[in-house]
Amino acid sequence: MAPALCVNCKTERALIKRPKNHAKLCKACFITVFEDEVHHTVTSSQLFFPGENVAIGASGGKDSTVLASVLKTLNERHGYGLELVLLSIDEGIKGYRDDSLETVKRNAVQYDMPLKVVGYDELYGWTMDQVVETIGKKGNCTYCGVFRRQALDRGAKMLGIKHVVTGHNADDVAETVLMNLLRGDLARLARSTSIVTGDSRSEVKRSKPLKYSYEKEIVLYAHHKKLDYFSTECIYSPEAFRGSARGLIKQLERVRPTAILDIVRSGEDMARLVPGESSSSCACKGQTATTVAPAEDDIGGCGSQNGRTPGNEMATMDKQLRENEAHEALQIDMAKAMSESKNGNEKQKELPIRSGNSASKGGTRQVRGNCKRCGYMSSQDICQACMLLEGLNKNRAQIQI
Amino acid sequence: MSDTIEVATIPITVDFSGGLEMLFDNQRRHSVSLPAVDSGGKPADIAFLISHLCEKLMKDPRAELFVLDSHIRPGILVLINDADWELEGEEDYKIQPRDNILFVSTLHGG
Ligand SMILES: [Zn+2]
Ligand SMILES: [Zn+2]
Repeated sequence: MAPALCVNCKTERALIKRPKNHAKLCKACFITVFEDEVHHTVTSSQLFFPGENVAIGASGGKDSTVLASVLKTLNERHGYGLELVLLSIDEGIKGYRDDSLETVKRNAVQYDMPLKVVGYDELYGWTMDQVVETIGKKGNCTYCGVFRRQALDRGAKMLGIKHVVTGHNADDVAETVLMNLLRGDLARLARSTSIVTGDSRSEVKRSKPLKYSYEKEIVLYAHHKKLDYFSTECIYSPEAFRGSARGLIKQLERVRPTAILDIVRSGEDMARLVPGESSSSCACKGQTATTVAPAEDDIGGCGSQNGRTPGNEMATMDKQLRENEAHEALQIDMAKAMSESKNGNEKQKELPIRSGNSASKGGTRQVRGNCKRCGYMSSQDICQACMLLEGLNKNRAQIQI
Repeated sequence: MSDTIEVATIPITVDFSGGLEMLFDNQRRHSVSLPAVDSGGKPADIAFLISHLCEKLMKDPRAELFVLDSHIRPGILVLINDADWELEGEEDYKIQPRDNILFVSTLHGG
């Protein structure tokens, strides 16, 4: 087969076939186009203002490493005037973060950015290892995910930074759209498509500049720019729920690569149909720029996306959707049961909170306020993290007796 | 190569990254002597390489993290001499001496 030439420069050999439009590009043109598209997202959504302090949620993984590299490049090339900082969370899982934190430390040198590492112990008084010692391995991804959701915000607050960017990509958004569609939770679907989360009551704004970037291209960008990143799975996540919806996304992509962005765009369109919710989109599609969704249900539970499920992905996904709903219910039950100082084994209480379908039925919307304990945005008096902490602390007290 | 029959092989390098190293001795780069033809006498292609790697190189039992239904798992990118395999004929690409084949997973945490 004669090597194809790049459709852009028409001189170099094409090495990349773009999933979104099948364009064949050489290495240099691909890197330029990838960066230009992120720049386009940044400007059309008005993500930043000159002089803004921005923390990059950095895990050492491919997405956040590419985000740091691209933002540094664009900040210099287009004069955004941003002060960029790498912000890493240490969950306190012995051995798990050692290598990834080493990667982030090297990134800090490579990109000449300050690095701040914040531990769960500093933020919550518990490391994940201690959580697992207390509750066992089952269900701990819930804790890890709930704690992580606030960790970046709390860490940013410690640094006096009001904007955190994360490496969520188009595949992540498509996956969340699909899961919320399957759950019939349009309210959450709408929120998950937004490029910016956090409203006037939240002290920290969150955004995802790689929202329209394919995971495939992120990996190729990292490869061709020889970026230094680290890949691992959370060792506590054999039950991680997101894996198989991910599998479906990847299978769809294999058959029809445009499917991923099509799902993202469908999600945005559906978001506009949900009363009171709206989603940002690229200005060139004729919509107004940046609207903001509350951050409470931001995507990204446990960081691992282990596509581990073989065989029939649909059936597995259905099973896991149901398990996850039970799991969410269990988690809140556990905290409740513990706080009533019963033993934590009763699981059959009714849950008024966020049971998938009911959240968006009949147009009733959750009233959002702030957690009475920590001040984090929450639809309940006490936020999920504080509820889980209460259960944990009670448990520790009991163990000590 | 061992004693009895002289088998013609193609020398190539195979790289694993993005977490796939874990399935192959935690080692990124492997030198592989690939039989020049498969059991049916067809010249070695990527499909044959993949089954060869599963049978001969992978010690980890979790083969489903690499192949599904005897094809490469969706979400794993294949680069042939740095080019997306979609530009090279995918599974039908005929392996050449000194080719570098890279398998990189997109499936691990970001
Ligand atoms: Zn070119
Ligand atoms: Zn709270």
